[in-house]
Amino acid sequence: MAYYPHTSEEIEEMLSSLGYESIEELFEDIPKEARFNDESLLNEGTSELEVSKLMKELSEKNKTVDDYICFMGGGAYDRYIPSTVDHVISRPEFYTAYTPYQPEVSQGTLQHIYEYQTMICRLTGMDVANASMYDGASALAEAVIMAMNVSRKNKIVVPKSLNPYWLRVVKTYLLGSDAEFVMVEEKNGEIDYCDLEDKIDDDVAAVLTQYPNSFGIVENLKEIKDKFTSKKTMFVVMADPIALGLLKKPGDLGADIVVGEGQQLGIPLSFGGPYLGYFAFRKKYVRKSPGRIIGKTEDKEGKRGFVMTYQTREQHIRREKATSNICTNQGLMTVAASVYMSTLGKQGLREVAEQSYKKAHYLFNELTRIDGIKKAYPDKPFFDEFVIEVNTDLNKLKYKMKKEGYLPGIILKHQYPEKDNQLLIAVTEKRTKEEMDSFVSKIKTILKG
Amino acid sequence: MTELIFELTSPGRKAYTLPDCDVDVDYDDKIKDFIDEEPVNLPEVSEQDLMRHYVELSTLNFHVDKGMYPLGSCTMKYNPKINEDIARLDGFSDIHPYSADEDIQGLLEMLFDFEKDLKILTGMDKFTFQPAAGAHGELTGIKIFRKYFDNKGEDRDKIIVPDSAHGTNPATASMGGFEVITIKSNDKGCVDLDALRDAMDETVAGLYLTNPNTLGIFEEDILEIAKIVHDEGGLLYYDGANLNATMGISRPGDMGFDIVHLNLHKTFSAPHGGGGPGSGPIGVKDFLTQYLPVPVVKKDDNGNKYKLDYSLENTIGKIHGFFGNVGVVVKAYAYTKLLGLKGLKKVSEMACLNANYLKDNLKKDYYLKFNRLCKHEFVLSGKNQKAENSVKTLDIAKRMLDFGVHPPTVYFPQIVDEALMIEPTETESKQSLDNFIRIMKKIASEAKNNPETVKKAPHTTPVKRLNEAKAMRNPDLKYENE
Repeated sequence: MAYYPHTSEEIEEMLSSLGYESIEELFEDIPKEARFNDESLLNEGTSELEVSKLMKELSEKNKTVDDYICFMGGGAYDRYIPSTVDHVISRPEFYTAYTPYQPEVSQGTLQHIYEYQTMICRLTGMDVANASMYDGASALAEAVIMAMNVSRKNKIVVPKSLNPYWLRVVKTYLLGSDAEFVMVEEKNGEIDYCDLEDKIDDDVAAVLTQYPNSFGIVENLKEIKDKFTSKKTMFVVMADPIALGLLKKPGDLGADIVVGEGQQLGIPLSFGGPYLGYFAFRKKYVRKSPGRIIGKTEDKEGKRGFVMTYQTREQHIRREKATSNICTNQGLMTVAASVYMSTLGKQGLREVAEQSYKKAHYLFNELTRIDGIKKAYPDKPFFDEFVIEVNTDLNKLKYKMKKEGYLPGIILKHQYPEKDNQLLIAVTEKRTKEEMDSFVSKIKTILKG
Repeated sequence: MTELIFELTSPGRKAYTLPDCDVDVDYDDKIKDFIDEEPVNLPEVSEQDLMRHYVELSTLNFHVDKGMYPLGSCTMKYNPKINEDIARLDGFSDIHPYSADEDIQGLLEMLFDFEKDLKILTGMDKFTFQPAAGAHGELTGIKIFRKYFDNKGEDRDKIIVPDSAHGTNPATASMGGFEVITIKSNDKGCVDLDALRDAMDETVAGLYLTNPNTLGIFEEDILEIAKIVHDEGGLLYYDGANLNATMGISRPGDMGFDIVHLNLHKTFSAPHGGGGPGSGPIGVKDFLTQYLPVPVVKKDDNGNKYKLDYSLENTIGKIHGFFGNVGVVVKAYAYTKLLGLKGLKKVSEMACLNANYLKDNLKKDYYLKFNRLCKHEFVLSGKNQKAENSVKTLDIAKRMLDFGVHPPTVYFPQIVDEALMIEPTETESKQSLDNFIRIMKKIASEAKNNPETVKKAPHTTPVKRLNEAKAMRNPDLKYENE
């Protein structure tokens, strides 16, 4: 096998230089009772050719978003990824490097992260961003932990309009802590302000808000922030990074921590991972923040350079007093995100957001003209994802639409048992008018039939 | 000095093209108040500028494809190229996470088959692939600890961690709401059984352990350790960072561990990506399967279709927004199929041979606190160089950069002064090890005869030593020049 280069002569030579006759002697310190002896359970390897064939066969048993026309979102979106992204992240200089512990030979990774931090700050309107969390949901969980540590309070106010799957991750992260989750009702697809007023008090560590929310509706962050009664309560916003290409920045609307799922920034769907949890916050909280942070400095000759900084928060220094246990993060995915954001640039991100908005509204208008389909939340602003109410069995509709070659969206009942007949539909810049028109006409036919 | 991408910006320049928008829709009144008039101030560069920028940045990095990278406990082995091709197959990379089971049969089959191999390799009964990294696996494990004891109605609020443990172990215990009890290692570099017995009682949830430990020493008393923990009703957690030492030779399940995590980005050759992504699946013994995060992969009753099963009775919930870093799992699976479990056994044998060979050849030049058989890694010390010529381990590490090899992990584990923790991995050839030995010997001799050269190192890198204190004192964490 090619991945250990030793010839049998070399093995012998090395062993005898150590005074051993066999490899087994290298393991004589392992007690007999703890040894594994059943060689028959160990299977054989195969050639690269065979593995490549096997993997191709397995991959072909899966249906991709190219086998369908995809209107499914819910946190992971079918967007166009410019060629530059994969060319950069395919460079072994990036993907076979480790965490930049030796800055003199890691300036590529370090300068990149500094640039990435800058882009995330500009996107969110925040002061500091870290070098990534595992995904959006875990970033949200870490934000809650940070908010509890900053505020020294334990009540977490969560609107029902926040993705229940992600909330489930937050709750798992907080298992064993004294966090108390207080749910705020939803009204017409957005946070119920009266209920928010009732639920909020001076003991609240954080109010969480998804922007746009899990129904695609753009929550009014400013109005939510106005209901806060304590200055210590942290406003944690989980924002869609493409929406931020169009909408006002959470940082300008009172957010203290902004996190999100970065998959849309040039990362393939890959059945949910590897994705990217971005994490940004106000400067004054930096010492309580989780994850790696890169800072600018200079070398002893005065040349600009970058280093890992504020390391005294991290587990490898601080051990049980660390702000988080995170070590390995989503480094390479931050490269993808930076290349994506740099390729699109100032105008391109706006254009992707704008096209997504316009196409989503076109489809929304066309669909809601059909008999048997109505707007679930008619008066609310949305970005590129929306909910329709369909007067039919959605499972059957979905089944039939898939047969026609469409992934028609997400049935909300799975996440919201009380919501019958509601379908969440996402539209990205990739969809064309032709695709949407035929989608509409297929649904129309099925509903008639 | 490489310019920042923001410094290359020229307003109006573009690296993208998009089709014309083919629908005619205007912003409605409802959204107008929410729109930011000013687009996000991202770079404005051409595609060529962009590629040159990232290629230039890339040349400033050290990486496995360039040279030996013997970071202890990090297992920086070679990453087979086929892995990368396979993970990029459309049938893996373009699947929506909310796809129906019938649309992802190939993927589920892969996860199911991989789980089978991992069960044999570790002696555990059930796996989840949801954790996205080793520390994420640890976190999953600690939540299982928590829920398991809550369900049993036992009030256990402490976790024992050896002083040689990875920093993630105590940090994870804290995130689980446990108090950390650190126990000292004995003079052989192993868990001190008396200290463990003293610490272990009915208020302790369990022990976090790496075996071989971070000194690269196999815990010979592992069965007794497991007995002490289990007799008091505690659980034993295996930190899989060092699995590269014992595959096919000794299984954590047989040693008595109740929960293990694996690092697919270390042991199973998925690349480290400059910090990630990783994948940290965890495996548990039968009595804990109902606590795993959901969903897990199952074969249906007829045995011919795979499905995602959400029905675990005591599940801790979800630990990742979707199903973990599946794209990384694909690479590790391909690697496992290439080598087979037999090949993985050989991997461990060669990893241990390489480490012992290096140790034996360097122990005259650097102090070796624990002079005994090691597994896949070992820890030298620069304390003699420091005492004799004021050359610190940091200086030695920096000098290595001048010779084109990456330094080992330094100043860890903390129980060895001036530690140099070396893990060559199995993919380095004898020639490469001999070269490393020559370099280390040369630096040891320089430390004696020409210490200033070592203290002022590195001399040949893109930047010289960087002022970390300044980075803290005047934090500059983003480019401000808008």
